[in-house]
Amino acid sequence: MARALIHVPATAKKGEIIEIKTLISHVMETGYRIGVTGVPIPRDIIDDFVCTYNGEEVFHATLYPAIAANPYITFFTVATESGTLAFSWTDQHGATQVQTAAIAVE
Amino acid sequence: MSRAALVISFVLAAATVARAADIPLDQRRSDSDFISADTRAMQNDDSANPAMLVVLDGETLWNTKAGKTHQSCADCHGDAAKSMKGVAARYPAFAAEFGRPIDLEQQINLSRVTDQKAEPLAFESKELLALTAYIARQSRGMPVAVKDDAQAQPFIDAGRAIFEQRQGQLDLSCAQCHDDNWGKKLAGNLVPQAMATGYPIYRLEWQEVGSLQRRLRNCMSGMRAEPYDFGAPELVDLEYFLMWRARGLAMESPAVRP
Repeated sequence: MARALIHVPATAKKGEIIEIKTLISHVMETGYRIGVTGVPIPRDIIDDFVCTYNGEEVFHATLYPAIAANPYITFFTVATESGTLAFSWTDQHGATQVQTAAIAVE
Repeated sequence: MSRAALVISFVLAAATVARAADIPLDQRRSDSDFISADTRAMQNDDSANPAMLVVLDGETLWNTKAGKTHQSCADCHGDAAKSMKGVAARYPAFAAEFGRPIDLEQQINLSRVTDQKAEPLAFESKELLALTAYIARQSRGMPVAVKDDAQAQPFIDAGRAIFEQRQGQLDLSCAQCHDDNWGKKLAGNLVPQAMATGYPIYRLEWQEVGSLQRRLRNCMSGMRAEPYDFGAPELVDLEYFLMWRARGLAMESPAVRP
């Protein structure tokens, strides 16, 4: 499993706009580079990222080879209710990593 | 010889002799001052600094048992936040085993071989960088304080000699850029003072974490000089001189650089 760092405020006021930051370790190999032996290095990228807030999708991104290694994705959402934010990264081979963070809304 | 050629050769001759002295202590600035505000913000936010992923790997390794003694770093050193605080700010340091200074990476390997009875980790391997980054992270904000006693002085002097020696096909010395012309532009970037306070660094160009030795080898390739091998005594002497030159400045490891 890749290493991921997520920053979600632990508490927020109802209706407040909150910033969410995510960072995941991944080589994001473009497929365009040639290795030392002269053979192209195969493409290996994360191509999909989704964030759901209590099951509802609030952010979705499609990633392409131009994204640098260790993709850092940050976005805003509105704190509506206490619950769980789930983040899932899917690579081009279909492997998915899910990580969650809790938020308490007053 | 034409008059213009005479003038040029005179200027060149003067340039080889005249060299600014060391940067006065109070004019030294962190290399972070020479990077973009965006990159600086990335470095200073632990949830945005990509090197923190490697630091987390290092924390796992710190607690992983290894070698014939089946002991982890933590089994002897305990909580790194306490035992490793300030350690990276004191390296390179003299090692009696070698009769010369070694850097933090070499110290980790020395401890692996002698205490854990494990295989040493390769230079620039993910594991060695992770452990180094994790240990260096514990010194963030602390002043660089390498020893400069009589035992260390010859090695600092040797490092200075390499720093001031013109080398490579471009016939450049480290000092010509980093002592004499810091703050000016080289291509699109500002030339920093080469204060090595943030290693290992996450370099955006590399898209990964690398050591000070890797960075020095990069600079040497840039000067069209033959880089010293990883672990070469010359590189450690140069590291020692750079840290002595940055004495008193705050550690920033793991830093982010363009």
